[in-house]
Amino acid sequence: MARVIIDPITRIEGHLRIEVEVENGKVKDAYSSGTLFRGFEIFMRDRDPRDAWYITQRACGVCTSVHAIASVKCLDHAFNVEIPENARIIRNLIMGAQYLHDHPIHFYHLHALDWVDVVSALSADPQKTAAFAANHNNSPKDSVNHFKNVKARLKKFVDSGQLGPFANGYWGHPAYKLPPEANLMAVSHYLDALELQKKAAQLQAIFGGKNPHIQSVIPGGVTVGGILDVDHIASFKFAMQEIMSFIENVYIPDVLAVAPAYLDWAGYGKGHGNYLAWGLFPQDTKHHTKNQTFPDGVIYGSDISKVIDADTAKVAEHVKHSWYEGAEAKHPKEGKTEPKYTGLNDFKGIDINKNEKYSWLKSPRYEDNVMEVGPLARVLVAYGRGNKDVQELVNGTLKTLGAPAAALFSTLGRTAARALETVFIGHEMEKWVDELIGNISKGNVATAKSYEIPDSGFGYGTTEAPRGALGHWIEIKNKKIKNYQLVVPTTWNGSPRDDKGRRGPFEESLIGTPVADAKRPLEILRTIHSFDPCIACAVHVIDPQTNEIHKFKVV
Amino acid sequence: MLLKDEIISLGKHDVARKDFLKFCTATAAILGLPSSFSEVIAKEVTKAAKRPPVIWMHFAECTGDTESFIRATNPNITDVVLDIVSVDYHETIMAPSGDAAHKSLEDSIHNNKGKYIVIAEGAVPTKDNGIYLTIGNKTGLELATEVCKDAFAVLCVGTCSSFGGVQAQAPNPTGAKGVMEATGLPPEKFVHLPGCPHNVKNSIATIVHFLLFNKLPALDKDRRPLFAYGETIHDHCPRRNHFEKGEFVEQFGDEGDRNRWCLYKMGCKGPETFHNCSKVLWNDGTNWPIGAGHGCNGCSEKNFWDTMTPFYERLPDRTPIGAVTANKIAVAVGTATAVGIAAHAAISAKKGRLGKGDNEDKKEDV
Repeated sequence: MARVIIDPITRIEGHLRIEVEVENGKVKDAYSSGTLFRGFEIFMRDRDPRDAWYITQRACGVCTSVHAIASVKCLDHAFNVEIPENARIIRNLIMGAQYLHDHPIHFYHLHALDWVDVVSALSADPQKTAAFAANHNNSPKDSVNHFKNVKARLKKFVDSGQLGPFANGYWGHPAYKLPPEANLMAVSHYLDALELQKKAAQLQAIFGGKNPHIQSVIPGGVTVGGILDVDHIASFKFAMQEIMSFIENVYIPDVLAVAPAYLDWAGYGKGHGNYLAWGLFPQDTKHHTKNQTFPDGVIYGSDISKVIDADTAKVAEHVKHSWYEGAEAKHPKEGKTEPKYTGLNDFKGIDINKNEKYSWLKSPRYEDNVMEVGPLARVLVAYGRGNKDVQELVNGTLKTLGAPAAALFSTLGRTAARALETVFIGHEMEKWVDELIGNISKGNVATAKSYEIPDSGFGYGTTEAPRGALGHWIEIKNKKIKNYQLVVPTTWNGSPRDDKGRRGPFEESLIGTPVADAKRPLEILRTIHSFDPCIACAVHVIDPQTNEIHKFKVV
Repeated sequence: MLLKDEIISLGKHDVARKDFLKFCTATAAILGLPSSFSEVIAKEVTKAAKRPPVIWMHFAECTGDTESFIRATNPNITDVVLDIVSVDYHETIMAPSGDAAHKSLEDSIHNNKGKYIVIAEGAVPTKDNGIYLTIGNKTGLELATEVCKDAFAVLCVGTCSSFGGVQAQAPNPTGAKGVMEATGLPPEKFVHLPGCPHNVKNSIATIVHFLLFNKLPALDKDRRPLFAYGETIHDHCPRRNHFEKGEFVEQFGDEGDRNRWCLYKMGCKGPETFHNCSKVLWNDGTNWPIGAGHGCNGCSEKNFWDTMTPFYERLPDRTPIGAVTANKIAVAVGTATAVGIAAHAAISAKKGRLGKGDNEDKKEDV
């Protein structure tokens, strides 16, 4: 049995270590370790609660803005202020822009090199590449000459001998299956997407002030009252059209062009088959409204015919295998986190019997179940709840690929769900812009409401980061933060084993994954990347001794 | 017809050259150089036979500075990666993982000793021997020292790698520090580009400065380039005239808010913050925080997480940190560079005006 340690896992956000045991060419066991601790819950204490959104946004700069939104929702609740309609729409547009940025960048820049052999692209025939592209997409750019130029540029780059980020890649690995033409097309779109993402970031900055890290949301609303004008709204509308054109004409077709060569990956990476979504894009201004474009829901055992309402009270985090003082009821000091680093067996390989603790991530569980969160969870919940647009997108894709519904619960399924929801969100955003224009033309220009910070109180806010379900909880005392906690997507997905020894979603999804060459573990990266890990914010927060979340809910 | 701009290096073809010169002119402006320097920049940047190796390190961070960096326009980010520098190690974009990634790092350090540029993102946890961050079988602290000691220069992008940043705010549970302080390496090779995140306009301009002059740009006492941190947000704020007239937003959503009045009373730290946001804006000129109606939070200042908070409280009685800094800068730099003079003059002028503003402000409060 071979032990493979991959540290760092690259092309993700943050610091992640994956260790697997390989037997007969397949993964037999897996361990996921977050290797950074920053201590948000500790330094948030005693600060002005109004500052919480600005501080917590720094949990992550890739899915930037999502913590800001979750946090202001949490503060709206704690301060008991209901935001104006325009503020709701602006927040949704900012969040939507995040998806239009984040999902394409994940596919092209974090995930694509798991499927696309850059070196193979050098042997592609530009003519055949253009024919392949014409057969798959509607990109006006993909001409023979264009591919000639991309190939020449790539060749010049390789000939320079300085391969930069592409040096030591797993090129030529037997798990790469695409023909050279598909590889050249993908490399070309990799470069196009790298330029396009700037436009998507600009889209967010129009009402966000800047990107990364927006600066225009506040408890009670948004600060953009001075720029709700034709100039800004038109910029937003037209920038969005440009981005959507790429998403519909290039991104989606690329997923469909690459998938047929990798349909076996619809059979790998499933994991536990339990899914959780808090829901996203509120359509009215009530706190915790269930009226959301992406509904909340829980699915067990891959049964999408039964979607259960999600309830934040049912979350608890385990720390038995995490580097924190571990006795559940022993140290119930309120709001105290005690890191307890026990190492990684000199980095030689985890022995679960000896090295009980192996990650800075904790293990959140829902009703004592291991849950996966993310685009697949959102899409399955929306599908199961009867959202016609989502059903159409999913059914159409399965039909095009000739794949059964079971194919969704897989590495490939996650990647496809991410692409499909991007289109869905873009279309919804177009409606919201019109709604905003309608409000303004009726003279409704309110963007923020005033509030009082209560002497004491609590609040919570949930949303969905591109990577999955996100919740923020606050407790206020003497107008200061007494306790602040985040339960974030990659803590769900990347968690280590729980008290009962059950693997986290990353770990479980790797079981059975083929590994052709233990020294070049390309296949492991495919499944891990399909979750789009984001470790910086995963390594945080909830109080390990008291599982404070319960307490918040009980109040 | 061939679209030659896509295959020929920057500066060597008409089409690409047009865009490239736009960048060079803009960079010359950011650097405070006369516009004739744009030609020199164009020549210098593209003449190197070997692209300068860059090793990008991630410590305790959120990857916001990587995201900010890839927003580069003129030159476009694809040009930066393919034609201008060689990004030999960068965990967010590199193809290999694990051992193969380590090989990329070791190869670059070994082959380019003393010649590579380190771009550092994130703070280095130092408490308990740095165990709060490990990469491979090393702590972030060990890696920072190992990688930075043989670098030509270390460019700390963002407030975290410069000064410790968000995780270093009191009580700094992991002992997070800026890379220079954590490693204790000689300060001479460090440049700090704080901001949360830093603005790519400034990192690109600094890299061009390296390529052009083979040395670091003029710096203030916190080792921030004067070209980007020599003047305050307030100095060039488009809402400045409302400050002068005493027209303030009193509450988000009020008439002053809709009329884009001054945000000083909403806690704007623009008068105390040295950064060029009000001149270069964000996302290729799309917008910036004050443009979106929110005050400046002072994110380019050392320890702003502790000194500029609460963010929505104005701090009229505080000594503007920057004024002191700028006076010291003029002495420390010693040379009467155009940038230095401009900064100093601006600060002196600002101090007078700020005093007036404060008085008006207080009167209104009564």
